[in-house]
Amino acid sequence: MYKAIIDVTLKQSVLDPQGVAVKGSLHSLGYESVSDVRIGKRMEVILESVTLAEAERDIEEICKKVLSNPVIEDFSYQLEEVA
Amino acid sequence: MRFAVPIFPGSNCDIDCIKAVEDVLGEPVSPVWHQESDLSGYDAVILPGGFSYGDYLRSGALAQFSPIMKGVVKAAQEGKLVIGICNGFQMLLEMGLLPGAMLQNDHLKFRCDIQELTVSLNETPFTSLYEQNESIRIPIAHGQGNYFCDDKTRQELEEHDQIVFRYQGENPNGSTAAIAGICNRERNVLGMMPHPERAIVEWMGSVDGVRLFQSMLKHGEENHGAA
Repeated sequence: MYKAIIDVTLKQSVLDPQGVAVKGSLHSLGYESVSDVRIGKRMEVILESVTLAEAERDIEEICKKVLSNPVIEDFSYQLEEVA
Repeated sequence: MRFAVPIFPGSNCDIDCIKAVEDVLGEPVSPVWHQESDLSGYDAVILPGGFSYGDYLRSGALAQFSPIMKGVVKAAQEGKLVIGICNGFQMLLEMGLLPGAMLQNDHLKFRCDIQELTVSLNETPFTSLYEQNESIRIPIAHGQGNYFCDDKTRQELEEHDQIVFRYQGENPNGSTAAIAGICNRERNVLGMMPHPERAIVEWMGSVDGVRLFQSMLKHGEENHGAA
């Protein structure tokens, strides 16, 4: 059994208004060192009865087709074997 | 002309769209549950607004995998009229029937208002009864209406005359090139954030949505006559 931990974030070229708002709040709290904040999503997907290669293939496809929108988002993932 | 209005869990403008077709056009219109996949008995499809699947993952993202979307894609390929309004527009983008993607409004707020638009293209089956560059007033109601596309796509949209509606005055969501609605190159698929079905009688504050539905019917009758 494998667990995929997936990060989906807005592309660098896309403005993240949530990140901008949070940065403003951090500055108002005095954290002047914060120069950028970007907000994304973390997802966990469990895959059963697959080999590592199959899990990689499936997760890659799932991320491209469903979990991210390639027009505005990038994704990355880590796969770990779980009991 | 027979209209279909697909309904997804979380759609909430479906009845408004059905009423608009009935009241403005007096044409047959049917709600179609999203588990159906055959739309061959219809001449036009209206993907309604709302929050399909609770906007989970991304607006419109999960609706694109409903069985009915096979019928929507087929209808679009056959040249039938397909319009996506608000959440319906978001679905058309997620499905790739129209280019680009939708982002959260740049000010992060949900915006509900009557919005001034420019009809920037009246040579479409949806806008033929408007004047080119006419100012019209149509309600908007969305939190994720910030249309985004890269520079190349934007150039293509402009070169192929696909920008149908633009916001006038202050851009209510930060969309690229003040885009409020775009069509495909064949011009039989339109996506727009504003709600024409909410501007069909005087008490709604505007009747500028009426001609969109009338344009669709005109197109249908002309095509039917030619067939």
